[in-house]
Amino acid sequence: MSKPQFVYVIYIRTTAQKLWDALIDPAMNQKYWFGAHQESDWKTGSSWKIVFPDGRVADAGEIMEVDPSKRLVIKWRNEFSPELKAEGYSRCTIEIEPADGAVKLTVTHVLDGDGTKFIEAISGGWPVILSNLKSLIETGDIAVVPIKK
Amino acid sequence: MWQALTSADFSRQYFFGFAIEVEPRTGGAFAVRAPDGSLHIDGKVIACDPLRKLTVTWNVTWPGLVDKLGQTLVTYEIEQAGDAVRLTMTESHERVLDADILSGGRAGWPAILSSLKSLLETGRPLTVKMEPPQRMLAALKKCGIQTPG
Repeated sequence: MSKPQFVYVIYIRTTAQKLWDALIDPAMNQKYWFGAHQESDWKTGSSWKIVFPDGRVADAGEIMEVDPSKRLVIKWRNEFSPELKAEGYSRCTIEIEPADGAVKLTVTHVLDGDGTKFIEAISGGWPVILSNLKSLIETGDIAVVPIKK
Repeated sequence: MWQALTSADFSRQYFFGFAIEVEPRTGGAFAVRAPDGSLHIDGKVIACDPLRKLTVTWNVTWPGLVDKLGQTLVTYEIEQAGDAVRLTMTESHERVLDADILSGGRAGWPAILSSLKSLLETGRPLTVKMEPPQRMLAALKKCGIQTPG
């Protein structure tokens, strides 16, 4: 049986450059990512983390690949839930492709080892984050009320 | 959201010009017509709970398809999520099908649902173009299913 993984594809009416900026800009992140933001200098081998509004680290890891406006691969482990952290590292691949006046954004998230809880958790989170991201870019505001952490 | 999922005028805008025709009651007729008016999907309403859930058989009319692959079910579920709604769309199959055959739904649905979201939130659908994936057409041909073209 193949490993549990999460794949989500969403089309957004914008340019690859604008989507890339929204993905890596902390101020933009806070608007659509439950108030959290990422910290990294976005270079291969650099550290990466997601920080909650209260300063706690939600997830942390390393940038494995970066091709601006096209592709980003993050080595990613949960840090705030012992149960999820115990499942170890995952790999999140974010791909952006132009698509007739829009861009196609593909998020593929795979756990390195065994376990189902981490993938279950991110399967709840990513659709809300990516829906909010699309609404924010297309309308200037998010559509979903953020989940309280 | 319910109106968008069940109305031909709405669906033509976000579903590559395809018109959804549905009698919103259990046992009612369900059809999707191609832009030229021909019947593309033939089905029946299996479950209908207006504004909440719609399950239909979703059988592409290409000759031999249902005999070779079994029936397809599509379910939409709508839940309130703050100011927004959460839409869960599920395509399921009577038989186990390989990835080549499933590639059509995997390519098409994200574009359709993204365009639906854009239409509802901005008044304008996306202009993404979509053709049946070559790998799907080749796999169907191999099973003896007549595909167009």
